[in-house]
Parts: sequence; C-alpha cells; structure tokens
Amino acid sequence: MPRSQIRNIAPGDLANYRLPIPGVVSIFHRLSGLLLFLFLPLLLWLFDLSLSSEQSFDRLVHFSQAWTTRLLLLALGWALLHHLCAGVRFLLLDLHLGTERMAARRSSWLVFAVSVPLTLLFALFLFGLL
Amino acid sequence: MAIGSRRVLVGAHYGLRDWLGQRISALVLIAFLLVVGCSLALAGRLDYDSWSGVFAPVPMKLATMMASLALCYHAWIGVRDIWMDYVKPAGLRLALHVATLLWLLYCLGWSVQILWSV
Repeated sequence: MPRSQIRNIAPGDLANYRLPIPGVVSIFHRLSGLLLFLFLPLLLWLFDLSLSSEQSFDRLVHFSQAWTTRLLLLALGWALLHHLCAGVRFLLLDLHLGTERMAARRSSWLVFAVSVPLTLLFALFLFGLL
Repeated sequence: MAIGSRRVLVGAHYGLRDWLGQRISALVLIAFLLVVGCSLALAGRLDYDSWSGVFAPVPMKLATMMASLALCYHAWIGVRDIWMDYVKPAGLRLALHVATLLWLLYCLGWSVQILWSV
C-alpha cells in the first residue's frame, strides 16, 4: 500500500484538519499577541485614566463596570495571560527543555491549565465578585 | 562559518538579533509584571493612592519606560513576523511595516507623556 503523501493544506481543508495541541497553543499565542497589539491604544488610554487624577481613576472604575468594557477587558486579560504562559513555554523550549513530543504536548495542556483558571480569576475580579 | 562539510551561511544576520531581542524583551516584561504585582501586593489594596504610588518614584518611572521600550520592540518583531508570514505583496507589506513602526513609536511617546504627568 503506498504511503499517503503529506502536502500543504488548502484553506478548504481547515475544517477537517485536527491541529495538534502544541499548534493550538502556538496559533493562540500569535492571535493573543496581535489582539494586544491592536488594543494597545485602549490599554494606554486606561493607563492614562488610572494615573492622571483621582477623578479620572473614578471614571475608569465607572467605565469598567459597563458590560461591553468588561467583556473587552476579559478578552484582553485572557490574551495577556495566554500570551504570558505560552511565552514562558516557548522560552523553555528555546532552552531545549521539553522538546520531546509527549513532553511538548503535556506542557501545552499545562499552558491552558494555568492560563484558563487565571482568566477565570480575572473575570471574578472584573465582575466584582472577588 | 563552516557547518557540516563545506556549507557557508550568508545573509543579513539580523535574524538572530531579532530572535534574541524578542526573547530578552519578553524576560524584561515578565520581570516588570512581577515588580508591579509585588508592589501592589505590598500596598495591600487597589485604589488611586496605592496605584499611583507604585508609579510615583523615579526609578519605577524609568523601569516602566524600559518596559514600554521592551514592549514596543517585542511587538514590532512579533507583528512584523505576522505580516511577513501572511502578506505577500511587497508594497502592502512595506506599508504595514511602516504603519506598525509609526504606531508603536506613537504609543511609546504617549506612555512617556502619561508617566511624567503623574
């Protein structure tokens, strides 16, 4: 039986292609980085509000209680936490730590196991439950 | 540099510098996040006084400046890599590169202005 040939996949194959978990971590690392870059002005504006004066700090608190802001900040919080956890994993891989297939898979799951609960904690903080 | 039998590597040599720069700037940002986190933990509560108190001392302003610089360099390399991977037309890619650089410089200037107004 001839071996199946492996080729680059076309966009149409994306729905059928099962990305291995390290690939998921990697593409989310890229997406989260891009998201943080695109929303950099928003983050700077919030930073400005938080430091300018007590009044502007109160405006920030008020602004962050709107649902749309909360959801946006939650997305950016997730992006930062995922980017941070996946980034630490990439730094360790660069040091040739955990490059075996099984170790790389385990550390990929570990990235989610750390970043997702931290994102949930951040959500509790955002929604005033913490 | 000979690798293997007779292979000679040539090129512009900025690849290694950028690769290393992105990793060093990542370490700077992790260190900065830890410092801010510890300062806030020491303050014990999160209100305007404790938050602005973290950024009031000049050494912290300078550290924040360095972190901003590291962030801009880090984001520049990362976003540039995204454009290089997905945007093939040279003119469009160049325009995106220039826009990314200008945008990051704008944000860097803004962060200076924010920090020194506290």
